[in-house]
Amino acid sequence: MNITVSMTVNGKPVTAEIDPRTLLAQFIRENLRLTGTHVGCDTGQCGACTVHLNGHAVKACNILAAQAQGATLLTIEGVRGVDGGLHPMQAAFREHHGLQCGFCTPGMVMNAIDLVQRHLHPAEEVIRAGLDGNLCRCTGYHNIVKAVQAAAARMAADTTAATLKQGGQA
Amino acid sequence: MYAFAYHRPATLKQAASLLRKTEGAKALSGGQSLIPALKMRLADPPVLVDLGGIAELRGIRLEGTTLIIGAMARHAEVAAAKEVMTGIPALAQLAAGIGDRQVRNLGTLGGALANNDPAADYPAAVLALDAVIHTNKRAISADRFFKGLMETALKPDEIITAVAFPLPTRAAYVKFRNPASRYAIVGVFVAETAGRVRVAVTGAASCVFRVKPMEKKLAGKFAPEAIAKVRVAADKLNSDIHASAEYRSHLITVIAQRAVTAALSGK
Repeated sequence: MNITVSMTVNGKPVTAEIDPRTLLAQFIRENLRLTGTHVGCDTGQCGACTVHLNGHAVKACNILAAQAQGATLLTIEGVRGVDGGLHPMQAAFREHHGLQCGFCTPGMVMNAIDLVQRHLHPAEEVIRAGLDGNLCRCTGYHNIVKAVQAAAARMAADTTAATLKQGGQA
Repeated sequence: MYAFAYHRPATLKQAASLLRKTEGAKALSGGQSLIPALKMRLADPPVLVDLGGIAELRGIRLEGTTLIIGAMARHAEVAAAKEVMTGIPALAQLAAGIGDRQVRNLGTLGGALANNDPAADYPAAVLALDAVIHTNKRAISADRFFKGLMETALKPDEIITAVAFPLPTRAAYVKFRNPASRYAIVGVFVAETAGRVRVAVTGAASCVFRVKPMEKKLAGKFAPEAIAKVRVAADKLNSDIHASAEYRSHLITVIAQRAVTAALSGK
């Protein structure tokens, strides 16, 4: 028997009638046609399907869409910088050659953004441990780590600038 | 996945009644073990009762000398909670080492205990800390909860609501993990609580277990050398592609000593 699910995806409310077996990754790709979220292993290991569920990075292939009822979801399509262009994490992946074929990249970027939001200045070990659940089979991890470090510095600077601006107005 | 009917009740009472109504109905918490099992068709529950909408299963709080963690607390929440980091730092550290960060953002304490995977981390903490598992029906001591391979004392319509951990004077968890799965090949939780020492081992056998000869030695002298000669016989331990039973037997003594050292240093 089909069920109805509603959630907010990249700022827009969505409602759909689905088979309860529908995985969140399937829902995002097939119902919403947001194919930036990739399905690599479909066994909860590779992390290519990582999205933010209520602000936390999760693997969309390892959760039912129904479990996200009422949630706020962010996929790679909803990620952007303060100026509307590339997010600092995306820009850093490009600048530091943190990708080759690009298949793992959306998941890497989504997890890395969540990681940096929780560890403002992550040490290399924190980044490597934090990206444990994302597999890259071509670039290797050195440039990905460099990209995350560079993005973290940029995100911290943006946060400081935003705080100063708010402070100045107050 | 085989087809199932899905329910998302808002109260514990509704959840229990849904589980009671259909034979084989299963509770779904974070789903980090159950969803993969469903996908591989290793489980075929006719009804799934999602506990994600039940507010009363959440929350982490300190009550005197007891740390109470709601069944639906995510591993990441436990790892980052001030109450856990100050009350039982070893437990926060254990939670921070489960799976990977995406898994920790969904997986729950109650789900991990109800699943009772032989290589899961939480069962070792619950058994060594002599925690009490509270359900919608009763309170179950750790010694009576873990029954065997993925088997617990839970009845089909019984739902874990919270776990109460008495605060230890010192404790530590050391895991020798499989680098791919991050499950314990051997994990040992050592805890001293109100003058009593308990040692629990996960990953090594079909179910988490205590090593009473080690507990006795450590009660006499809480030091790694006290248990250097205590070995768990290999005949009841797992042999698989990751490690032989003999290797696991050796590893238990090594890892238990490391856990004692860690408990002494308070790190």
